[in-house]
Amino acid sequence: MSRPPFPPPPRPPAGAEFPECAPQTQDAVGRRAFLELMGASLALAGVTACTRQPVEKIVPYIDAPEGQTPGKATTYATAVLVEGYAAGVLVTSHEGRPTKIEGNPTHPATRGTTSAQVQAEILNLYDPDRSQSVRHAGWPSSWPAFITAIAPELAVKKLRRGAGMRLLTGATTSPTLGDQIKELLARYPAARWHQWEPLTLDSIRAGARLALGQDADSQYHLDLARVIVSLDADLFADGPAAPRHARDFALRRKNGGVARAPNRLYVFESTPSITGAAADHRFVVHRALMPSLAEALATATAGAAAMPFCRRAPPLAAALQAQVDAVAEDLLQNAGAALVVAGSSAPPEIHALCHVMNRALRNVGKTVVYTEPVEVRAAADALSLAALCHDIDAGLVDQLFIIEANPVYTAPADLRFAERLAKVAFRARLGSYEDETSALCHWHVPAAHPLESFGDARAVDGTVTILQPLIAPLYDGKSAYRFLAALLDLPGRSDHDIVKDYWQKTWKDDSDRRFAKALADGFVAGSAAPPLSIAALPRPAAPLAPLAPAATGLTLLIAADPSIKDGTFANNGWLQELAKPLTKIVWDNVAHLAPQTALAHGLENGDVVTLEVGARRVEAPVWILPGQAPDCVTVHLGFGRRFAGRVGDQVGFDAYRLRTAEQLWTRDGLRLTKTGRQHLIATTQSHHSMEGRDLVRRASAAQYRAAPRFAKTLNDKAGPPQSLYPERPQGDGNAWALSIDLSACIGCNACVVACQAENNVPVVGKDQVARGREMAWLRVDRYFEGSADAPVVSFQPVMCMHCENAPCEPVCPVGATVHSSEGLNEMVYNRCVGTRYCSNNCPYKVRRFNFFGFADQGTESLKALRNPNVTVRARGVMEKCTYCVQRLNLARIAAKLEGRGVLDGEVQTACQAACPTAAFTFGNQNDAAAEVTGLQASPLSYELLDILGTRPRTRYLAAVNNPNPNLEKG
Amino acid sequence: MQLFPAGANTLARATLVGAALAVVFVLVAVDRLARSAWLTRVGDAREQPIPFSHKHHVGGVGLDCRYCHTSVETSPFAGLPPVQTCMTCHSQLWSEAGLLEPLRRSFATDRGIAWVRVHDLPDFVYFNHSIHVRQGIGCTTCHGPIDKMPLVWQESSLQMSWCLECHRRPERFVRPRAAVFDVGWQSPADQETRGAALVALYGIRKEQLTDCSVCHR
Repeated sequence: MSRPPFPPPPRPPAGAEFPECAPQTQDAVGRRAFLELMGASLALAGVTACTRQPVEKIVPYIDAPEGQTPGKATTYATAVLVEGYAAGVLVTSHEGRPTKIEGNPTHPATRGTTSAQVQAEILNLYDPDRSQSVRHAGWPSSWPAFITAIAPELAVKKLRRGAGMRLLTGATTSPTLGDQIKELLARYPAARWHQWEPLTLDSIRAGARLALGQDADSQYHLDLARVIVSLDADLFADGPAAPRHARDFALRRKNGGVARAPNRLYVFESTPSITGAAADHRFVVHRALMPSLAEALATATAGAAAMPFCRRAPPLAAALQAQVDAVAEDLLQNAGAALVVAGSSAPPEIHALCHVMNRALRNVGKTVVYTEPVEVRAAADALSLAALCHDIDAGLVDQLFIIEANPVYTAPADLRFAERLAKVAFRARLGSYEDETSALCHWHVPAAHPLESFGDARAVDGTVTILQPLIAPLYDGKSAYRFLAALLDLPGRSDHDIVKDYWQKTWKDDSDRRFAKALADGFVAGSAAPPLSIAALPRPAAPLAPLAPAATGLTLLIAADPSIKDGTFANNGWLQELAKPLTKIVWDNVAHLAPQTALAHGLENGDVVTLEVGARRVEAPVWILPGQAPDCVTVHLGFGRRFAGRVGDQVGFDAYRLRTAEQLWTRDGLRLTKTGRQHLIATTQSHHSMEGRDLVRRASAAQYRAAPRFAKTLNDKAGPPQSLYPERPQGDGNAWALSIDLSACIGCNACVVACQAENNVPVVGKDQVARGREMAWLRVDRYFEGSADAPVVSFQPVMCMHCENAPCEPVCPVGATVHSSEGLNEMVYNRCVGTRYCSNNCPYKVRRFNFFGFADQGTESLKALRNPNVTVRARGVMEKCTYCVQRLNLARIAAKLEGRGVLDGEVQTACQAACPTAAFTFGNQNDAAAEVTGLQASPLSYELLDILGTRPRTRYLAAVNNPNPNLEKG
Repeated sequence: MQLFPAGANTLARATLVGAALAVVFVLVAVDRLARSAWLTRVGDAREQPIPFSHKHHVGGVGLDCRYCHTSVETSPFAGLPPVQTCMTCHSQLWSEAGLLEPLRRSFATDRGIAWVRVHDLPDFVYFNHSIHVRQGIGCTTCHGPIDKMPLVWQESSLQMSWCLECHRRPERFVRPRAAVFDVGWQSPADQETRGAALVALYGIRKEQLTDCSVCHR
């Protein structure tokens, strides 16, 4: 047989010649390959059951560490940093792996409260995209090389007394760091320290100086306040004190408490917030009207004292003036137990007016307490950064050390920081990520996570926490203390020695014992900032200039993102996939528009528009948000990152580009142009309305007093609905039940992230969420009622209800979801074959299906993050809330080892432990003395969709609020 | 024309029956294989880096289980002794023995000894030693005559059906707490009666023992 003279010509790829024959899909696996794989896997599926388990090795310690029992988790008290402030936490560690962060209940400032960001901090620790090595000009280098490189630089600076040397940091409250910086500045007297925190408190500080004549922090005690007025202040979401505010506010609200010890919250705001949603009266006001509003309120409550701080803002419209008068009257009636607060976006004179009002209402020393500033340097951030830019231009800066701040991304756009940074001859940065700023620095040093190093920080009230490491630095990170020590020619010092030495210097005798006690407690007892007594309010040195007339047209409002804040958390998948409280949007930021503004511009959800202020423009998708003030467009910071990491890069648009140093939060003269393009926005809840069903039941305090059983429906009154199924025996053991108080829930999402961290819940990405495949076991439903211009907003956390008559159970063909003797509806992953019948039959839609292998089983660092007591679910398996059954088992075993039953409150679910307002109460409803039993017996207790007769173990307490009768009438 | 010979019918019938039998055979074979000692490794005395003998230490010397497995009463994990524990005696006794060379090397170099895990439950099972010991399940109930094992083998299949033998009827296995660490304990003739009394005394909730989440989460 002869070979053909030429090889046959290559065959054209299918579809090149005949496009209609081209493969229909771009899938990697074709139909034929799919069938082959299916056949093979079916054949092999049986065989896998007959394989021996691989041989596993077990390696004991050489010398067992003290105080640890293998197999048992240990808890350490420390703190994580929120915008530079300490949040006291307890961190659970499994054999040296920190896995879960919870609030420290004994911490005097945070009192066990957490936020979604505090909960998510643990994921940041294990983030595989954190910077992993020292870099010089982009190339891998080492810490000793960095030390060698800065030595001659520092030697030159010493001769010139530090001229040209600059330090740039974020906000810091660390006494040790402050001391180190002081020493640095003493050694290099001509050096300067600049500070930039994107969510700056500049305006609040300026207001305090204006009204009080000195720098002072205001500590609010919402638990003592009967009437609270917020002027665009998002008390429950903004800043490190937010969870504590929420806790204190809810203390009077829980279980209809507002009818017994009433408090009332008025919120005037231009963009909806969770504080506004919790308010008894929420007034939608254009931000340009805030000065008029503050002046009207101040004139009515403080009279002549307010005059020096008024800038002759135009009078309010009659209707709004009448409402303000009613609020002022309420404030006056509750003098001494009232509180007026303005947000960080308000100009200084509004803050000054708030101080005047609080003084006139005799609130000072009660609901508001002044203290010395807690931050080491309570200066104006924007001015500080602008001064640095000015000095760079003047050629006064040739050496810049940046600690943690990311100004290339976060600086106001008009400062053109990137261009200016490039002019500095020597630039070194300590940062957790190789981000936008590191990319422009000669040297980058990886920063240690707060859970990886010793340190100290102060909470909002000044209480000091000494931070202790739970794990050695995963990526050879260096703490800010070591970085500064290197600048002080002490590169070999450990952060432990640096921090301990500082406290030895401060405490002198007995410092070892006090240091040990501070580590054990998680805070230094009695270290809170003492109250300042400010005798009289000074008048401003010069009369304030009258207010310029308000601009017409659209106004741009800039705010921190509810989930990823200023962008610090941009690479945190849990927070990116966390549905924002009011819009339920994930993986994006949007331009929020009022319904009527959208109508006027012919815009719909997802339309991409150009936002143009002055010379700067960005493109943003539109989202119509009921309750947004007309002509106000709100954008969130933190998105549009270029060097955040694999999660945060190129998500959303960068709103920092619309910010200027003068106007950080509000910009007039916004031009909005439709581009004609559409952007897909993924939300977890696209429907606003309860459609007339009583999913969230609510009443005013007056209605509640008149009809205490308003939350009980006809069904409840007639007894439990008839059932075809036999009554389930209750037994005399534990019968777990959960009560969720809708009066206390503020929709802050801390529970959602806590659940994700506790239960190894995976992140699925925007595309999958858009297909309705999000995995969160716990979701917070949001409903709007009333008009679209000023709706009433309700939040309702929903997870598996653990029904007595669970509709999911009878439909499972393989018995993968069954009832336990303690009343739990259990999910057995190993039995589940993925029919999804259970999810179909669940009226609460709380079951989540692993359409793909969502759990990241490959990334090495994330393996250490997982809770070892919870299975990491595989593809094709259904999952849902288990009432944290791993915690139940551990608590039950611990109790049995001591020969007793599980005590009330001994076991807390993850959501319960995270909730700042203690809206969740979990316990044994067979125990007559248990708190949950009392709450379930409350007349406010009701079952979600009770008409279905599912008899859930999770029940809700109807919301009771406290509107002002005078305003109700009007 | 007749295509098939006379015997074709018989062949067809035999094939049908044979096919059915083959299916049954395969199913039975798979089932037997899944429960076989080869698969579960029951009775397979495993080679270890150091031929540590429980027979000598427990049966001969008479060490208590808890001398080495210190966390068995408090933790899910019984605990494997750190090298330090071995060296308490072996820095004096048999301090030159060649068999113990890996032990001394481990101690000197600070590198752990990689023992072969004999009792390896699947990862979806959350087993807790402390509660079993507390509720009167003796070590030998699951681990067998450990005092007679020169090298440890797995005595029980550790399959779920085996777990359920006790989780359904604990009274057949529960012993007095004082006898939990007694390797020579034999169940009395009236075990079921005495066991039932102990189950009541210890507050073992039998209905709970078969809840899925007791072992799977």
